[in-house]
Amino acid sequence: MEAELSFWAFSQTIILPRLAGGMLVTLKLTFISGVFGLILGMILALLRLSQIKILSWFSLFYITLFRGTPLLLQILFIYFALPTIFEVYQINMVLDSFAAGILALSLNSAAYLAEIFRAGILSIPKGQTEAARALGFSRHQTMYKIIIPQTYRRIIPPVVNELSALTKETSLVSVISLSELLYVTQRIGSKYLRVWEVYIWAALGYLLIVVALSIFASRLEKRLELKGGV
Amino acid sequence: MKSNEVILKISKLSKFFGKNEVLKDISCEITKGEVVVIIGPSGSGKSTFLRCLNYLEVPTSGEVNFKGQILNPMTPEHVLDIYRTKIGMVFQNFNLFPHLTVLENITLAPLTVLNVTRDEAINRAHDLLKRVGLIEKIDAYPRDLSGGQQQRVAIARALAMQPDVMLFDEATSALDPELVGDVLKVMRDLAHTGMTMIIVTHEMDFAREVSDRVIFSDRVIFMDGGLIVEQGAPQVIFSTPKEQRTIDFLKKL
Repeated sequence: MEAELSFWAFSQTIILPRLAGGMLVTLKLTFISGVFGLILGMILALLRLSQIKILSWFSLFYITLFRGTPLLLQILFIYFALPTIFEVYQINMVLDSFAAGILALSLNSAAYLAEIFRAGILSIPKGQTEAARALGFSRHQTMYKIIIPQTYRRIIPPVVNELSALTKETSLVSVISLSELLYVTQRIGSKYLRVWEVYIWAALGYLLIVVALSIFASRLEKRLELKGGV
Repeated sequence: MKSNEVILKISKLSKFFGKNEVLKDISCEITKGEVVVIIGPSGSGKSTFLRCLNYLEVPTSGEVNFKGQILNPMTPEHVLDIYRTKIGMVFQNFNLFPHLTVLENITLAPLTVLNVTRDEAINRAHDLLKRVGLIEKIDAYPRDLSGGQQQRVAIARALAMQPDVMLFDEATSALDPELVGDVLKVMRDLAHTGMTMIIVTHEMDFAREVSDRVIFSDRVIFMDGGLIVEQGAPQVIFSTPKEQRTIDFLKKL
């Protein structure tokens, strides 16, 4: 019956109502993992730049591990392997697929974001640190009041890059049966055997998120431009 | 203006960068209200000496005695942070904070480090900006100022901490020639208020005019370390220097 519907009618009655749910899950995955990734990424960047060797090494190890292995593997590991490891120690830790997805995406994007933040911090001229220290700012005050605020505008483009990548990588979580956008798309496609229509809408869904993100970022950039051009 | 109170007593200060000895056992005393100008060829250790005085560069050995407080390479960082609030520094490249307005540049350190009230910090900033002739730029960002204006704001920023000593590291070297005068005027005025100043400069006329004493530091002969070759009143240094290296240096100017 559905096969006789026109593209628009099929889209309106079947595809869009079902994709909406998947889109919502994708948005949640992107937003929550993005926020956690940004926070954890900043912490990792500061650890990496720490004077305390062990903290710096830990951060380097973390970044190497999460950048050096496939995200898909990380998702599968957290969802399937982690509970069995905990089982050995008699700890019952079963994550549902949403929590496992958030965890994997946050941990993974944090590794990339950490390097973006570190690059931003290192790009601020040494004279800024010297001027702040000469005024009596402590090492920490210098970092938080002087250096980090100057990195915002210059890290926006690479951060948007990373968050765009994250948006699309949320689709990998479909392998652990989380009903995000791509998972729902595949289900509808195979159920109604009208594949291209469904995939076009899914593509538009991802595009929408990334474009919205880019517009938000360029507004933010313009606002910072007005504040001293840094 | 000068008293006999020694404000900074530097003893046997040495600094190595790797195996390179940039400062070699420098000892000298600075009295309150004194204006000391350090001249010498590039690479003679002048700037390093200045940066060791506020521990922006930690000396390899030796000590600085600031009004009875002894600072040496073992002094912990939080003590140095407090010490630095009392030693103002002005840099060759101004190093204003580009993300902050002129007012914020001047008030941030008193607010954050000294915990003065906002009203007090703003009052100080107003007074200082009037002194350096830039009150109309109070809400501007550094990028909207000329080099000379930026340097005058940088001086105001350092003075807002009400330091006991001001260090000037080639404060006019990065400026266009026509802008040097404004900055030197501010420095000259400051010298006349009795501020203790240690100035690394290439402006010989300025050195001759304002300083009480000229220190000539040179590394031309002592290849592995800067040391004080000769010191004395500017009239003496500039007209009848005793050391051959001083004579050679001044002849080249």
